[in-house]
Amino acid sequence: MSPKRKRSLLLGLPLLGFLVVLVVLGSGLGRDPSLLPSVLIDRPLPEFQAQRLDDPEQWLSPADLHGDIALLNIWATWCPTCYQEHTFLNTLRERDIAIYGVNYKDDREAALNWLSQLGDPYRFNIDDPEGQLGIELGVYGAPETFLLDAQGTIRYRHVGALDETVWEREFLPRIRQLEPQS
Amino acid sequence: MIPELGHLALVLAIATSILLVILPLVGASRGNHQLMATARPLAAAQFWLLAVSFGCLVLAFLQNDFSVQLVAEHSNTRLPWYYQITATWGNHEGSLLLWVLTLAGWTWAVALFSQSLPRELVARVLGVMGIISLCFLLFTQMTSNPFVRILPVFPYEGQDLNPLLQDVGMILHPPMLYMGYVGFAVAFAFVVAALIGGKLDSAWARWSRPWTTSAWCFLTLGIALGSWWAYYELGWGGWWFWDPVENASFMPWLLGTALMHSLAATEKRSVFKAWTILLAIATFSLSILGTFLVRSGVLTSVHSFATDPTRGLFLLVIMALLTGSALLLLFLRASSIRSDGRFDPVSRESGLLVNNVLLAAACGVVFVGTLFPLLVDVLDLGKLSVGPPYFNALFAPLTLALMAALGVGPLLRWKTDELYRLRVPLIISAVISITLGFGLTYFLLTPFYWLVALSLTLVFWVICTQIEDIRGRIRNKHHRWQALLNLPRHYQGMVLGHLGLAVTVTGIAMVSFYDIAEDVRLAEDRSTVVAGHEFRMVELYDYQGPNFSATRAVVEVYRDGRQVTVMRPEKRFYWARQMPMTQVALSPGLTRDLYVALGEPLDDGSWAVRVQYKPFIRWIWLGSIIMSIGGFIAISDPRYRLARRRRTATVTGEQHVAKT
Repeated sequence: MSPKRKRSLLLGLPLLGFLVVLVVLGSGLGRDPSLLPSVLIDRPLPEFQAQRLDDPEQWLSPADLHGDIALLNIWATWCPTCYQEHTFLNTLRERDIAIYGVNYKDDREAALNWLSQLGDPYRFNIDDPEGQLGIELGVYGAPETFLLDAQGTIRYRHVGALDETVWEREFLPRIRQLEPQS
Repeated sequence: MIPELGHLALVLAIATSILLVILPLVGASRGNHQLMATARPLAAAQFWLLAVSFGCLVLAFLQNDFSVQLVAEHSNTRLPWYYQITATWGNHEGSLLLWVLTLAGWTWAVALFSQSLPRELVARVLGVMGIISLCFLLFTQMTSNPFVRILPVFPYEGQDLNPLLQDVGMILHPPMLYMGYVGFAVAFAFVVAALIGGKLDSAWARWSRPWTTSAWCFLTLGIALGSWWAYYELGWGGWWFWDPVENASFMPWLLGTALMHSLAATEKRSVFKAWTILLAIATFSLSILGTFLVRSGVLTSVHSFATDPTRGLFLLVIMALLTGSALLLLFLRASSIRSDGRFDPVSRESGLLVNNVLLAAACGVVFVGTLFPLLVDVLDLGKLSVGPPYFNALFAPLTLALMAALGVGPLLRWKTDELYRLRVPLIISAVISITLGFGLTYFLLTPFYWLVALSLTLVFWVICTQIEDIRGRIRNKHHRWQALLNLPRHYQGMVLGHLGLAVTVTGIAMVSFYDIAEDVRLAEDRSTVVAGHEFRMVELYDYQGPNFSATRAVVEVYRDGRQVTVMRPEKRFYWARQMPMTQVALSPGLTRDLYVALGEPLDDGSWAVRVQYKPFIRWIWLGSIIMSIGGFIAISDPRYRLARRRRTATVTGEQHVAKT
C-alpha cells in the first residue's frame, strides 16, 4: 500500500471511531437512569397506615381508595402551585371525579383551614405530616397527581399542577381506556 | 408583549443564520465578493437579534411575568433581583439561549477582528459558524422555546429558583463556561473553512491561535468557578467529584490545552497538521458532547436539567452532522495535508508531542470513565458507575508525567537540540527541586507521603526550570528587571500558565492528602478541637431571610488560646421549593481553609456539625486564575495584531509558489 493511501485510510479512523460513539450514545437515549415514575406504574399503591386529616381517630389504608377510578393528589398549604391548582380540582369535583388527597408534610390546622376557605374537592385526605407516604410514592415535590384505577393500581403519574390542558391530554384518554365499555 | 418580542427576535435570528450559512459559503465557492461581504453584517445582525431576545427573557424574569412558563417555574417574587436575572440561565431553556447568544457573540467577534484575513476564509469561517448557530437555534426553537406562555390561567407566584443556584458562583459560572465551550467553535470553524478551501498551509493555525487561547482561558475560569461553587455551596467540602457534567467540561479543557500547544507547533514548524486539525474538531465535538450529556438524561448527575429524550436525539443529530461532516472532510482532504517540517527526537516539537500524547491520554481516561456506565447499560450488563478511585489512579500519574515533561519542553529549541546543552540548568533544577520537595514534605508535613513528596518535587522542578529559562534569556542584558518586562508577551503568558499549573497541582496534592474532616456533635457552649483549632459554638438562633427561614450557629475559633475568627454556618429552608440548604461557613486562608457546615438537628437540641480543615485548597483556584491570566497576556501579544503586514508577506509568498 502506498504511504499516501495508508495515510488517508489512517485519517478515516477518527470518522469510524466517531460513528461507534454515536451508536453508543444513540442507544443510550431514552434509557433514563433516574427514571422514577415507571417503577410505580401498573403497580398497586404501596402499603400504608395513616390518619385521616379531618378525623385522626380514623386510620386509612390502600383499600379505602378502591372502588372508583380516582385521582390521588399530593398537596400542601406551603405550596403556591397547589393554591393555583386548587381551583381546577374544585371544578373536577363538580364533574364528579373522585379525588383523594395526601396532605404532604403539612400542618393539620393550616390544611383544614385551607379546605374550609377554598373549598374541599377531596373525598378524604390522608395526613402525611412526615412525608412517609410521599417517600413511598417517590414524590419529587408538591403538587403531584396519580391516576388510580378501581382496584387501586397506579396507572399514571403527573408531576406539577393539573390544569385543563394536562387533564384533556393526559388524563381523559387514560380514564376512557380504564372505564368499562358501555 | 415582551416575551413575544423576544420570540420574534429569536425567529429573526434563525432567518439571519440561514442567510449567514448560504450567502457567504456560496459566495466563497463562486468567488463572488458581494455575497462574501454579507457575512460580516449578517454576523452582527444575528448577535444583536439574539441579544434582544435574551434581554427580553431577562426582562420577563425581572417583571415576574409568571404567564411565561419558564419564569413561573424558576423564579419567585421574593427572589432578590440579581438572582431573578441569573435565574434566566438557571434552567435548560434559558441557558440554551445564553449558549446561542455566546456563539453569536464569538461569531460577531470573529467578524470584527478578521479585517486582515483573506476574504474567502472569513466568509467560510463565518458561514461555518452560521451552520453551528443554525443547528442550535433550531434546537432552541423546536425543543426548548423559553418564551412559552401559560395562558389563560397563570400562577400568581413562581416556584422559585433552585436554592443551590442562588449564589454568586452561579451568576458567573455558566456564562464563563459557555464562553469557553462555545469559543472552541471558532477553532473548529477555522479548521473546517481551511478544509473546505483546501488550503492547508499553517496560516490558519496562526489565525486560530488567539481564539483558541481565549476560549481556553474562559473555560479554565469557568471550570474553576464551578469547582469553587461546589466546594462552598454543596456543603460536603469536596471540590471535584468526577461527576459526568464536570467531566463534560473537563474533556474539552484537556483537549483544548493540547490544541493550544499543537497549534504552536503547526504554526511555527508546520508539523502535526492532521493531528491539530483532528484536535480542533474533537475539542469542539466534546463541547457538544458535554451539552448532550447534560441535557439528554443519559447519565445521572448532580446537575439536574429537565431532561428529555427528544432533546437528546436532536443534539445527537447535530453532533453527527457537525462532527461527522468535519471528519469526512478531513478524510477526503487527507492527501493534501502535508506536514513538511522535520524534527529531531530532542527538540521543542518532540516536547509538544509528549505534551499532546499525555493530554490526549488524560482526556481518553476521562472519556472512558464518563461513558463506561452508559456503554455497560447499552450492552445490558447492568448498571454501574466508575468512581473517583478509577479517575484518581489513572489521572495522577499522567499529570505527574506531564509536569516532568513540562520542566524540559519549554527549554528546548525548535527543530533540533541537545540535552547536553541544557545539562547545567537541568541538573541544578533537579537538585533544588528534589531537595525542596522531599525536604519540605519530610520536615514540615506529617505523616510523610511519597506521592506528596514526588508532587512537590515536580512542582519545584517546573518552577526552577522556568526560572532557569528566564535567567538564560535575560543574562546578557544590562537592566535585568527591564529585560524581564521586555520579554515577549506570548512568552510571559506561557511561563505564567505553566507556573499556574504548578500552583494548582500544589493545592491538589496538599488537600488530597492532608485535609481533615470530622463529624461532631455541637451545642451551645460546647466545643471541639480539629487540626489544632478549637471550635466553640457560642450561639444558635433562628432568623428569616427574604425567601427562606434559617437556623444560624455562631462558632468562635481559637488557636493557642487566641481567637482566630468567628464563623456563622446556617441551615436554610427555602419556602417556595420546600428545600433545605446548608450554608457553609468558611474561613479562607492562603495556607488553609476552615470549613464548618451544620448537618442535622439532634434530639437534645445539639446539632451534627461537620468541621473540616483544608490545607492549600485556595491554590487550586488561584493556579487556575494565574493560568488564565497567562493565557490573556499571551493573546495580547502584538504578533497577533501584526497579521496585516504578515498577510502581505504571505500573498507575495503564494505568488512565488505559483511561479515555481
